[in-house]
Amino acid sequence: MVAFNKYYNHFNLLSSVLILVSLLLLIFKGLNFGIDFKGGTLIELRASDSKINVSSLRDRFNQMDLGDVSVKKFGNDTDFLVKFENKDNKKNIIEEIKANLDKSFGNNYDFRRVENVGPKVSAELLKSGVIAISLSLALMLIYIWIRFEWQFSLGAILALFHDVIVTLGVFSLFSLEINLSIIAAVLTIVGYSMNDTVVIFDRVRENLRKYSDIKIFELTNISINETLSRTIITSATTLLALLAIYFFGGEILKGFSLAMILGVVFGTYSSIYIANTVLVRLRVSQKTVLREDDTK
Amino acid sequence: MLYFSKLRILFITLFSVLFIIIASSNLFKFDDNFFDKKINLGLDLQGGSYLLLEIDNEPVIEQKLQNLTTTIRNYFKEKKIKINNIKIENQNIFFNVIENDKQSVLEVFQDENSDLNPYYPRFKSHQLEIEDTGLNFKVNFSRQGLIKLKNSSQDQAIEIVRRRVDEVGTNEPNILKRGNNRILVELPGLDDPMRIKSLLGKTANLTFRFVTNDENDRFGVEKLKFENGLEEAVVSKRIIISGENLLDAQPKMDTQTNQTIVSFTLDRVGAKRFGKATSTGIGKQLAIVLDGKIISAPVVRDTIASGSGQISGGFTFQSATDLALLLRSGALPAPLEIIEERTVGPDLGQDSINAGMIALAIGFMLVIIFMFVKYKIFGLITNVTLIVNLFILLGVLTLFEATLTLPGIAGIILTVGMAVDANVLIFERIKEELKDETNNILAFDGGYTKSRTAILDANITTLLAAIILFFMGSGPVKGFAVTLGVGIFTTLFSVYFIARLFTSIYVSRNKDKEKLI
Repeated sequence: MVAFNKYYNHFNLLSSVLILVSLLLLIFKGLNFGIDFKGGTLIELRASDSKINVSSLRDRFNQMDLGDVSVKKFGNDTDFLVKFENKDNKKNIIEEIKANLDKSFGNNYDFRRVENVGPKVSAELLKSGVIAISLSLALMLIYIWIRFEWQFSLGAILALFHDVIVTLGVFSLFSLEINLSIIAAVLTIVGYSMNDTVVIFDRVRENLRKYSDIKIFELTNISINETLSRTIITSATTLLALLAIYFFGGEILKGFSLAMILGVVFGTYSSIYIANTVLVRLRVSQKTVLREDDTK
Repeated sequence: MLYFSKLRILFITLFSVLFIIIASSNLFKFDDNFFDKKINLGLDLQGGSYLLLEIDNEPVIEQKLQNLTTTIRNYFKEKKIKINNIKIENQNIFFNVIENDKQSVLEVFQDENSDLNPYYPRFKSHQLEIEDTGLNFKVNFSRQGLIKLKNSSQDQAIEIVRRRVDEVGTNEPNILKRGNNRILVELPGLDDPMRIKSLLGKTANLTFRFVTNDENDRFGVEKLKFENGLEEAVVSKRIIISGENLLDAQPKMDTQTNQTIVSFTLDRVGAKRFGKATSTGIGKQLAIVLDGKIISAPVVRDTIASGSGQISGGFTFQSATDLALLLRSGALPAPLEIIEERTVGPDLGQDSINAGMIALAIGFMLVIIFMFVKYKIFGLITNVTLIVNLFILLGVLTLFEATLTLPGIAGIILTVGMAVDANVLIFERIKEELKDETNNILAFDGGYTKSRTAILDANITTLLAAIILFFMGSGPVKGFAVTLGVGIFTTLFSVYFIARLFTSIYVSRNKDKEKLI
């Protein structure tokens, strides 16, 4: 048996620090919102001429008075991602840019993807993203509240918040872009993290009913160990699938799969070291679950 | 938990085979309608353009209020009530009446069966709201009035948008209402939406009006710029004919001048009016005005009674074709603005499909190898289940002709990774049971029974997340929610029916073997 409970305090401290740092990052550094949430224009461009590179593209675009322009390589040497604010929301901006690029580069490039999100739409997308995440957290809260005693619910929800906040914290730290698919990833993380916690909790509750003489500190450890191989195998297969998406699924899915990978790692960790320690700190005992059984 | 009746086995087999056939119909061509279903590829996979248009209803509201001032004046004139100082400010109509008439004006507006202020019997709310500010009356659209107005301009606009898109002839466009002032246009396979964008960006309000020098024209005058932006002309506000009078418009080559022109045919009313105007207006300039700009202002030389004519204005063949198209499809009730655009080129779409498929294959292989190494024979059972699960998932998506997007493919891969969870929960539980249970059958039975709540909990939580994503997400993200959500059901089916069937067959044949799992 692995003595997970030996490190409850250490990891609680670590998690507290992680959450604090993440919150500070989110407040002071903020998130790097993509055009979905900030508005603006994105062009994915493929070049067939080596003259076209990040600096020559940046020169061209900077001359066009488009506001903040960012030019980055996208995946390989011939693909570039150009983003700009399009502040005045000019109508025929894409045509203007094409005409301008034609002058310098002739026909040696191709727009593979163009996205243009107006300020109104981006504000709405951001709002509905925030609502979606809040709603899913609320639904999970209700679900777990129906299924378990309140001590368990608190543990699961804390673990959930931990996963979402720390994942967003990592995105803030490395200035990774937040777009629509990241919202999808965060929601899936919410589901996954809950799933992982619930499996262990299910066992804790079962064991609470079975053994009256084992203290919760020991009992959580037994339950974690009993479900450990499942935790490891499921995390492993999910991570294998996600790594396949990350490395082979193309540039567009990179951010999504990265967020999911982080979420699965944090989710697995938090089920063990946050959800369970809440039970220990709240001194959950056999009485907690039996009282509930009586009232049912 | 391990017993299966013959009927049940038959049902499971038939069900699985059916979905495998449906799933494979994506690869083959079936003559039969039922099997000739395909998974739709999202715009991000097949390439195409997604445009979200917003209707600018301000001009419509202004226009309606403008009309209302006349209606109100005439309505009360019949009732011998004089309306004074009527004016429009900030989308409100203001007017005065003498003190004695105030009550009767209010009564007209607030009467439940008022013919000036309708809607009450149907919506329990009037079209217009009236307020006595003390100084004057303030009239504006009620909430219900605005909703009706927006809905009707959206209805008209979507019709015109559909006609214009159809005229350009893209394959299977998808045109939908969004809210009450937006229109979503999806154009699969279109990698350069420039032409459609410029066509949809034009209101195409066409009028024929005389150029005048008479500042005191009975109908009022306005100064308009020519299309080239250089010259100007003073044009009467009196409309001779408008776009509504057009029956047809076609681009043509004028053989005499070698110019591209747009020829048009008028309806009966239009032809009559055009004939009358051209007969009285010989020698005058007739301005052809499109969206507030003069295309050209030819001098009338002859009476045109045939009801057909032509517009010249230095067109290229393309611009003449587009103008003819706009005129044929009619004017939009209000200007449209493109507030969101997402265009994916077909080669990027294909690259995304390839990358998605490679990721799926590799992810699948990794999971299968992992499971086999970990659980041997039961890993094999899980893997067979996983493959059948994938087919059923694709089958369900095909049956509902769901739209597969790149995040949708990611959802399928994720399902593969998470689908083993249920089997793992069961097998691990069985292992535990076997520690103090020597009877294999009882241990397996216990494993299935005792793991059930955990499996249900786990899947319901993921399903909740998927449902929220489905309702809140847009476009590609919705595709992810669909595959993730459907994946949960197919996973549960394959775990509890297919995998359990295989397991029960294996266990009953080896019930006396030790260390079965």
